[in-house]
Amino acid sequence: MVMKLHEYQAKDIFAEAGIPVPESRLASSVEEVMEAVEEIGYPAAIKAQVHVGGRGKAGGIKIATNEDEARQAAEDILGMDLKGYTVDRVLVEAGVDFENELYVGVTMDRSEGKPVAMVSTEGGVNIEEVAEENPDAIAREHIDPAFGLHPYQARKVVFEAGIPRDVAFDVASFLTTLYDLYESNDASDIEINPVMITSDRDIVAADAVMNIDDDALFRHDDLAAMEEDAYENDLEAKAGEYGFDYVRLSGNVGIIGNGAGLVMTTLDLVDYFGGEPANFLDIGGGAKAERVANALDMVFSDENVDSVVFNIFGGITRGDEVAKGINEALESFDEIPKPVVVRLAGTNAEEGMEILNTDLVQVEGTLEDAVQRAVKNAQEVSQ
Amino acid sequence: MSIFVDDDTRVVVQGITGGEGKFHTRQMVEYGTNVVAGTSPGKGGQDVDGIPVYDTVEEAVDEEDANASVVFVPPAFAADAIFEALDTDLDLVVAITEGVPTQDMAKVNKRLSETDTRLIGPNCPGIITPGESKLGILPGNIFEEGNVGLVSRSGTLTYQVVSNLTERGIGQTTAIGIGGDPIIGTSFVDALEAFENDPDTHAVVMCGEIGGEDEEQAAKFIAENMDTPVAGFIAGRTAPPGKRMGHAGAIVSGSGTGTAESKISALNDAGVPVGDTPNEVADHIEDFL
Repeated sequence: MVMKLHEYQAKDIFAEAGIPVPESRLASSVEEVMEAVEEIGYPAAIKAQVHVGGRGKAGGIKIATNEDEARQAAEDILGMDLKGYTVDRVLVEAGVDFENELYVGVTMDRSEGKPVAMVSTEGGVNIEEVAEENPDAIAREHIDPAFGLHPYQARKVVFEAGIPRDVAFDVASFLTTLYDLYESNDASDIEINPVMITSDRDIVAADAVMNIDDDALFRHDDLAAMEEDAYENDLEAKAGEYGFDYVRLSGNVGIIGNGAGLVMTTLDLVDYFGGEPANFLDIGGGAKAERVANALDMVFSDENVDSVVFNIFGGITRGDEVAKGINEALESFDEIPKPVVVRLAGTNAEEGMEILNTDLVQVEGTLEDAVQRAVKNAQEVSQ
Repeated sequence: MSIFVDDDTRVVVQGITGGEGKFHTRQMVEYGTNVVAGTSPGKGGQDVDGIPVYDTVEEAVDEEDANASVVFVPPAFAADAIFEALDTDLDLVVAITEGVPTQDMAKVNKRLSETDTRLIGPNCPGIITPGESKLGILPGNIFEEGNVGLVSRSGTLTYQVVSNLTERGIGQTTAIGIGGDPIIGTSFVDALEAFENDPDTHAVVMCGEIGGEDEEQAAKFIAENMDTPVAGFIAGRTAPPGKRMGHAGAIVSGSGTGTAESKISALNDAGVPVGDTPNEVADHIEDFL
């Protein structure tokens, strides 16, 4: 998974590394926005700081050329709901008088197992669309992670992209700095779109996307401190607290299992047998009774859920622990909120079956039977 | 026969004194794996259930003739442990650890390309040749000796499919979990190639999942290079775009690459039947044999 940085956080990191960024202030009230534009001047961009893509199209970025427009933009954007996130901060940024817009990025090419630098003259637009419609417009250079990006490679990819010759060396050194930041911060990807070439032929990073590999946060205390809870809904926040891999979907069959591949398969089978999965919930390997009970609590908290299927194939997870957890969770209810189908296989499955309180759950022997029964339960409840 | 591990595999467990390392060493020994040594820096000279512990992998290789390692080292130190193993020219390194930073794996991947060592994982359940040897955390009792090879990106899904096979009396030559991370050592293609060259493997199960393009590359390899029949399964048909489904590598990108549909159609085009359920995969394998 990745940890997303806000634009203003990424730009602070860029500025510190010597990458030019427009003058800016962070503001969280209309008054602060007005103070900021007073210092920065017009035109100014007012940009929502939330972890969603396509902010501009969704109305999260506005340009103000005078006081009235700035106040209006601040009132519109602060507090607005942007794809499920409430905007509580905006970046107020000096407008840039530009002649060209470029795209520069570094990411991991998983099929090559190597980082790749990307440069294009088609900046300022959705780069994924460019990649699809005109892939030749993006020049790419793979990087040997043992050595880093050689200066000649940076020049090569810049020339290949057709960057104007008068700024080519500047863009190449910009890219080199970007790769250094990518490596030193354990980024999963860095993307600057657009990089603006000003009328004075200077280079400015006008936007900034920087995501960090969260498996590497243990060695970046400064970045870890920037981590914010950014969940799309209360249930995902709750899953975060419990430490589950959880994704909420739109259906009504709650799913709990162990191991990503098997849980995905359980979702697919719910769909295959005519039901609709409500969630992905992986309790992970070696889960103890308490974790199992937490998982049931998670799924019962989802008001969409009409039935639950619990599918465990124990390797390092033990069936008796799972059964204990299910009993504990369900015995605490006067009435079981939703019907629960349990299928236990693998390590200590037999011991688990003996422990399991079958007055509280329905037991099935195979994955297919368990899923079909849960789908049927959901259909009966929702009728 | 089998691939990658057998009775001659002499294992050193890296991180043998840790909780997981100790537990799974016992499980491996119980299964019949020839665990000849363990490492734990600073604890050289001790032993775990009579298995000698060394400070370095090099000593374990020199003293005990180890030719393979299993890595149970925490994520922050896992890449270092793999580098250490690669520098001793072992035949095989199996990295179980989940959560290794991706850029660490990119560097490991580079070093790996300069050696003759095979890496399996990280973030994987390991490898088992039923009746001979298991390196990792797979539950040995669900496997049976036989003629079907199995390669999978997921641990528990492997167990599910294996149990569907074993229930029908269909045993396995070797089963490999290649791991759920974006950058891994052994790929589907590497495993398929080895199964193709193993005369005792008469059919192969390949369990893929959403994310990346490894399954598409495998489909191409199967169409061009394999006579041994392959049946497939792809997990994640119902996964929404942009959401990571548990595994770091299991994500359908916003632009629509890595989807289950793309992988299933690539496999079908290569003549590989893809089961709608794990049990259907076993049906296909039964038809092949």
